[in-house]
Amino acid sequence: MPALHNESMDTPARILIVEDDTAIRRFVRQALEAEGHQVFEADSVKRGLIESGTRKPDLLILDLGLPDGDGVELIHDLRGWSTLPVIVLSARAGEPDKIEALDAGADDYLEKPFSVGELLARVRAGLRRRDSSGAQAASRVVFGDCEIDLVKRQVRRRGEHVHLTPVEYKLAAALISRESQVLTHRQLLRDVWGPGSVEHSHYLRIYLGHLRRKLEADPARPAHFLTETGVGYRFVAHPVTTSAPTTPPTTAR
Amino acid sequence: MSDARPDPDELLARARAAEQRAARGTLKVFFGASAGVGKTYAMLKAAQRLREQHVDVVVGVVETHGRRETAELLEGLELLPQRVVAIQGRELTEFDLDAALKRRPAVLLVDELAHSNATGSRHPKRWQDIDELLAAGIGVITTVNVQHLESLNDVVGGITGIRVSETVPDHVFDEADEVVLVDLPTDDLLRRLKDGKVYLPEQAERAVQNFFRKGNLMALRELALRRTADRIDDDVRHYRREHMGIESQRLWQPSDALLVCIGPGAGADKLVRAASRRANRSTAPWHAVYVETPALQRLPEAQRSAVLQTLKLAESLGAETATLNGADAARTAVDYAREHSLGTVVCGRSPPRAPWRRWLRRHFAEQVAAVAADVELMVVATQANERSGARRAPRADGHPDARDPQARHESAHWSGYGWALASSAAVALLATPLQPFFDLANIVMLFLLAVVGVAVRFGRRPALAAAVINVVVFDFFFVSPRFSFAVTDAQYLLTFAVMMAVGLIVGQLTASLRYQARVAGDREDRARRLYEIARELGKALTKEQVAEIGDRSIEAAFRAKAIVLLADEHDRLVPASAGVGGSPTLDLGLAQWAFDHAASAGSGTDTLPSSRQLYVPLAAPMRTRGVIAVEPANPRLLMIPEQRQLLDTYAALVAIAIERVHFVTVAQETLVSMESERLRNSLLAAVSHDLRTPLTALVGTAETLMNTLAREGSAHAPDARLITAQAHRTAQLVNNLLDMARLQAGAVTLRRDWQSLEELAGSALRSVESALGAHVVHIALPDDLPLLYADGVLIERVLANLFENAAKYTPAGSTITLSARREGAQVVIEVSDDGPGLPPGDVETLFRKFSRGDKESSTPGVGLGLAICRAIVQAHGGQISAFNRAAPEHGAVLRWTLPHREMPAIDAAEVDAGPAQ
Repeated sequence: MPALHNESMDTPARILIVEDDTAIRRFVRQALEAEGHQVFEADSVKRGLIESGTRKPDLLILDLGLPDGDGVELIHDLRGWSTLPVIVLSARAGEPDKIEALDAGADDYLEKPFSVGELLARVRAGLRRRDSSGAQAASRVVFGDCEIDLVKRQVRRRGEHVHLTPVEYKLAAALISRESQVLTHRQLLRDVWGPGSVEHSHYLRIYLGHLRRKLEADPARPAHFLTETGVGYRFVAHPVTTSAPTTPPTTAR
Repeated sequence: MSDARPDPDELLARARAAEQRAARGTLKVFFGASAGVGKTYAMLKAAQRLREQHVDVVVGVVETHGRRETAELLEGLELLPQRVVAIQGRELTEFDLDAALKRRPAVLLVDELAHSNATGSRHPKRWQDIDELLAAGIGVITTVNVQHLESLNDVVGGITGIRVSETVPDHVFDEADEVVLVDLPTDDLLRRLKDGKVYLPEQAERAVQNFFRKGNLMALRELALRRTADRIDDDVRHYRREHMGIESQRLWQPSDALLVCIGPGAGADKLVRAASRRANRSTAPWHAVYVETPALQRLPEAQRSAVLQTLKLAESLGAETATLNGADAARTAVDYAREHSLGTVVCGRSPPRAPWRRWLRRHFAEQVAAVAADVELMVVATQANERSGARRAPRADGHPDARDPQARHESAHWSGYGWALASSAAVALLATPLQPFFDLANIVMLFLLAVVGVAVRFGRRPALAAAVINVVVFDFFFVSPRFSFAVTDAQYLLTFAVMMAVGLIVGQLTASLRYQARVAGDREDRARRLYEIARELGKALTKEQVAEIGDRSIEAAFRAKAIVLLADEHDRLVPASAGVGGSPTLDLGLAQWAFDHAASAGSGTDTLPSSRQLYVPLAAPMRTRGVIAVEPANPRLLMIPEQRQLLDTYAALVAIAIERVHFVTVAQETLVSMESERLRNSLLAAVSHDLRTPLTALVGTAETLMNTLAREGSAHAPDARLITAQAHRTAQLVNNLLDMARLQAGAVTLRRDWQSLEELAGSALRSVESALGAHVVHIALPDDLPLLYADGVLIERVLANLFENAAKYTPAGSTITLSARREGAQVVIEVSDDGPGLPPGDVETLFRKFSRGDKESSTPGVGLGLAICRAIVQAHGGQISAFNRAAPEHGAVLRWTLPHREMPAIDAAEVDAGPAQ
């Protein structure tokens, strides 16, 4: 934890929390402030929009169930004029809500109850993405024992050239270019296969299987091309080990 | 000729026929020219060969007629016991259809296809028994002689002078899968006959001896050979069509398609048979119609039912039949022919008429020719043959009231003649005092008036009588010399003639007007009744109401006891209502038969016609909904074509009403279940939100506290860590409870999609990573494992629970293995371990809620994991079970299945040159 802590201290950011429950707001604020971020709060869709307009936050943490409306509405409004990263907090177990929020433009989601460590990891990823999107997009991505050159369209693993078919490359590029962001099945199918294929989710399963076989150390337990079951996929270049000290040594039940 | 492409309808029909053939048993017929050629012998030989090939062959019924060679062949074959029927004190043995259906052999021998069953059997004819056997998938071998074929019946009758009453419809013979001709040269047959090797019933010996003349036998042999050749010709064409792809165009020209116009006269049967023979030669479709003109509606009932029988005969010979209504028979028939693209009209030639009648009214064939010049016309000689009518007349029925309407009709006639006489007398009495004041010409008018009156009231014949009586009375009482039939003035002869003619014409016209009014009245009555029942049925809200309306309306319309039987969920029939006013004593077996076969049964049908009741299936568009049992006070009433039609219409209306009510109920239930599902879901969502929000705060705050204390190096850090751990556990528990509640409520809607098991296993492992600890998880999935069509989130849940469970009950360092394989229509997935295995006792309890493998252990958990797994697997239509590994190995195996579904093809255009692996 301390190492990660220091790393993020380098980039203090302005973060807006839109959440109606004071207890949740309080601990999220504490955790973020401990990281050195500046935190603003809002408790409704209306306030949230005003705050995000006036405070110019670098990142938005948004609860979906708000007293004066659905968080998804806020995302829709926000995306009209801003590209700031949005992390959604969802109290509902239903995947359709998450997909709706992601399709509306949210970048990531966390299911309640969530651990603080997980939240901070997502916030860091969101801020990194924001920074890199402003500057020139990285032309070379390194993950695990792989190296992918987005300009030359070349993939190397342990220095060896790896052959990807055009569709596999397109899929890999779509995920890698939006690192740590959750992409829904629909978004991926549309980007890779075109709008006519958004119902063909079996394409995704098959081609992700191929990608993992070619690029992952253990395809059955992927470290980079992660599954968000029922929602979509996410590419992570530098996986956070979940046995980080923040998560409790739990027997889980 | 114009289109060489195969007709899709025809292809479909062919495919369907092939499908039906596959399910049906096969029929093999040993076909011979006459008795004594050795059909039964050949059949038994074939059976013995089958037995040697270990085919399950059983003898249903075989007539050995005491011949030794034949009886010897029965040896070693299983014989089905016969049914003993007592008829008028005599005991007859009959083939036992039910025993055969119960025994279900692969092949059954049933001799004598043309046999008529004893009264009281299920079907009147043996070929119907065989049809049922074939439908049940039992193969049948049978025998038949050429003279028993329906279409050759009168040809054989013409040749031999002997007509057999036991006939088999040609379609039975034509649809047989195999026909074997058993042929014997005529001389050999005659020799066998002389040697007494041919069985002849004693009582009919002389007639039969006549039958077995050499000339007859030669003719029969020729017929049998030709009929077989025709069949083989068909087979060849079929084969060429199916296997060589040639002749895929129609085999017949439009002019080959026939329309047979049936008239009321005798000889209609012959006409139908002639048409059938011709149509079969070209395999063209043929239709038989009866055009009922107002004049024909006046025919006596017996003649009309003969027409109906002829139509039935046509149907059994493979025709489509229809009864048409129209004033101009020729025009109606031609219109029908054009509508159905039938190029040839076939009609009978009536006996020659006197020239003046021909001038008055042209023959039907001439009328057709006049109406349609483009239609080919075929006129068949139909010499009235003495027995055809009588043979087909309905069986004499023993009901005393059966003759009632006829009797009433007679008495009405007699009273009509009485009134005719009385009216003449009254006019004479009235006119006598008036004679001095009026001209005789005016008195004639009075008599004519009387004729009109009688015609209006009593019909044609009394009017005719009145006309004659009037002439006589007028002559006797009014024309001088009075009180004598002599006539002095010859001009009165003209008066008589005119009086007679006017009386006859007026009487005729009035009577036919009156008849048409009555027919129209009847029609209106039927229409009104139909309207009423339709209106009432429209209002009915429950099946019981529909049934009650059906009962009541049919009772009123047919003067019959009626009861509606509805099918329950197991397709068993139960009376729908208590039955209004004494329901008929039901034959539930027969009703069930009518339901299962969707065909009418009982009185007046082919199935158990001796029953007192008629069972009409309630055939609705989607399926048969039940049966209506009708027991008419007068069974003849239901034999009238219009009445049967009316009853069928009633049944259709009731069926549609029942179906409507059924779907209304279904729609309501769906609505209710949707509403309650919505309610359940919103309730669960609310509870879930209210529980998770404080838990989120609890977990988050505890973690923050823990981190802060750890950073500060506080002594309370371990306490904070404990709080965090417990908060996480509580959260997990709440998740489980909520999931169980949702699954339990039956409210899960599966969000099925194509899932890769490997991927799901990967994310399941990620979610339970911390719980796995030092356990080794081995994932052994074959590369060719198909994608699963399932709810990914729930399946991941099952995997996570099973991994977690395995980790919990095995010592650290144990190996947990995930394996899967496709087994037919299922994918079998196993999560196994090499731990101590399941505790002894009932495995089933493991899957119960709140049950745990080891009650005393300190392992945490409330025992919901496996219960959730089972609920999820079952919701997917799969099964889950648990067992220990076989002896040398140890450990538990949790095996579950998911139904396999074929993945949609991947569109080649959207896929690249194939994954290079």
